[in-house]
Amino acid sequence: MSIAITRLSLAGVELRWLWITPLVLMAALIAGTAIGETQIPVETILKVLANQLLGTDYAVDRIDAGIVWNYRLSRAVVAACCGTTLALAGVVLQALLRNPLADPYLMGISAGASTGAVAVAVAGIGVGVLSLSLGAFVGALLAFGIVVMLAHAANSGVGGGRGVQAAGAIILAGIAGSQLFNALTAFIITKSASAEQARGIMFWLMGNLSGVRWADVTLAVPAALFGLLVCLWHRRSLDAFTFGADSAASMGIAVRPVRGGLIIAMALVTAVMVSIVGAIGFVGLVIPHAMRFIVGSRHTRLVPAAALAGAVFLIGSDILSRVLVPGQVLPIGVITSLIGAPAFALILVRGKRS
Amino acid sequence: MQLTAQKLDWSVHGTPLLIDVNLTVEPGQTFGLVGPNGSGKTSLLRLLAGLNKPKAGQVLLGSQPLNSLKQRTIAQSIALVEQQADTTDRVSVKDVVSLGRTPFLSALRPWSTEDDAIVIQALADVDMVDMADRLWHTLSGGERQRVHIARALAQKPNILLLDEPTNHLDIRHQLSILELVRQLPITVIISLHDLNQAMECDRIGVMEGGRLIDSGHPQDVLTPNRLQQTFGVYTHVIHDPMDGKQVMRFRSAV
Repeated sequence: MSIAITRLSLAGVELRWLWITPLVLMAALIAGTAIGETQIPVETILKVLANQLLGTDYAVDRIDAGIVWNYRLSRAVVAACCGTTLALAGVVLQALLRNPLADPYLMGISAGASTGAVAVAVAGIGVGVLSLSLGAFVGALLAFGIVVMLAHAANSGVGGGRGVQAAGAIILAGIAGSQLFNALTAFIITKSASAEQARGIMFWLMGNLSGVRWADVTLAVPAALFGLLVCLWHRRSLDAFTFGADSAASMGIAVRPVRGGLIIAMALVTAVMVSIVGAIGFVGLVIPHAMRFIVGSRHTRLVPAAALAGAVFLIGSDILSRVLVPGQVLPIGVITSLIGAPAFALILVRGKRS
Repeated sequence: MQLTAQKLDWSVHGTPLLIDVNLTVEPGQTFGLVGPNGSGKTSLLRLLAGLNKPKAGQVLLGSQPLNSLKQRTIAQSIALVEQQADTTDRVSVKDVVSLGRTPFLSALRPWSTEDDAIVIQALADVDMVDMADRLWHTLSGGERQRVHIARALAQKPNILLLDEPTNHLDIRHQLSILELVRQLPITVIISLHDLNQAMECDRIGVMEGGRLIDSGHPQDVLTPNRLQQTFGVYTHVIHDPMDGKQVMRFRSAV
């Protein structure tokens, strides 16, 4: 029995590797700042950081300093926040909906957020990043509400199809919802935007970090931290959904408020990210699955792992988007989709086999 | 702890699934629920576990109405083993059993060595300690059921609700689970299809068409007359020469 005890004590919190996460994140941020069309040595980056944060006075080339501080670092920080948020949204949706294909992009949340943000941008309701985020949030909730209602109607139509059928229905509903809201977005742009506005919006819609500045950082960082804290706080509730909502309820989870609250929180932070960088696909799908493979399904480990991996993945994708085609910056959504779509196919095929 | 159902009504989409169910299960009793498919056994267990709110009537845990209690408080007293609960997640046996500690943990009350001890005891109770590290998807149906029961036992419940727990088990494990359940010093409500196994319960209730039509001592309730009415079978009672206990054999009444 004593052997069993040492073995089983792993059932508790196991976060011995947690100390490496800030190191990995720092390394990724520095890489994101150093690599680009103009390579900047790490030494220069550290000097710029010291000058800005610690008030030192190292001699640095003015142009290099500008690229590091005003352009690349803010961009890398927002990429990290965005990656963290989308990965966590994927973790939460997959856990609560018991569906391996659930993801903010596929479920229509990103499409709805885009529509909301575009409506605000074009109609000019209010100004600034906050009203864009608010519009995106309303759009995201609206889209998710429609998707859930549609899935519910599809299920009750064929007579209480739980399990596999429900899983299929919500994905189909997500596709329908995404198409609807993408069409609405296109409609709003065509009807109301000037040619100049339209070009900018279309580029942003595919997921784009080019316009990111420090003002965006002040919104993205709190949103990402909020999302992370909510997930960590509810890590045991998320675990309790392993065998579905009824099982969670029988283990003391107040299913409706917990599920509703978590989904609204994730829609909110996703909407904030979409309003800053547009709809970036597949992060919420690929990262949670990859991390489950490495650290397992328990959320005490999965939540921090997915948060870190999402951040690193998006910083990496951003670097790729800048260096893949010389002289051109690809929308980051193109890179994540190029990686994510095959991963989606893989999950689909493997799921069918089991 | 005593569990009482008072005049429970429950319906889904206008179809009544439970009608005027009254039931009291005394502390420490093993109460068997029998009845044909669709007679309302699962619905009743779900209401008793607080998963659904009755349309009328109430469930009392001790003297307190269930709907006045938080889900978490209910789960600290009542554990439920569902008929079917599956997952595609890559979780190990000990992961699943430790889920049973959920109602006692919070951000301020983290996992402790006491929780470890409870999980190990629960695994030992269902004879699964050696399989603690096995992954869920590698288990047989019977092994999964035993893990679910261990998970429920890890909740340290006063009242354990089991919905046809022996369904997927081979005969050895059926008997060992029933033996385990009978020996638990807690209240157990268990739905069963095997009427001979139901005979071993302290008390028994018969469900038919959403009503609890009879309850009492198994020998008084499971009479040939009752079985013909409710299940539509002829019953012959014979006596086991080993211990003199009665055994029922059934023939189709059609």
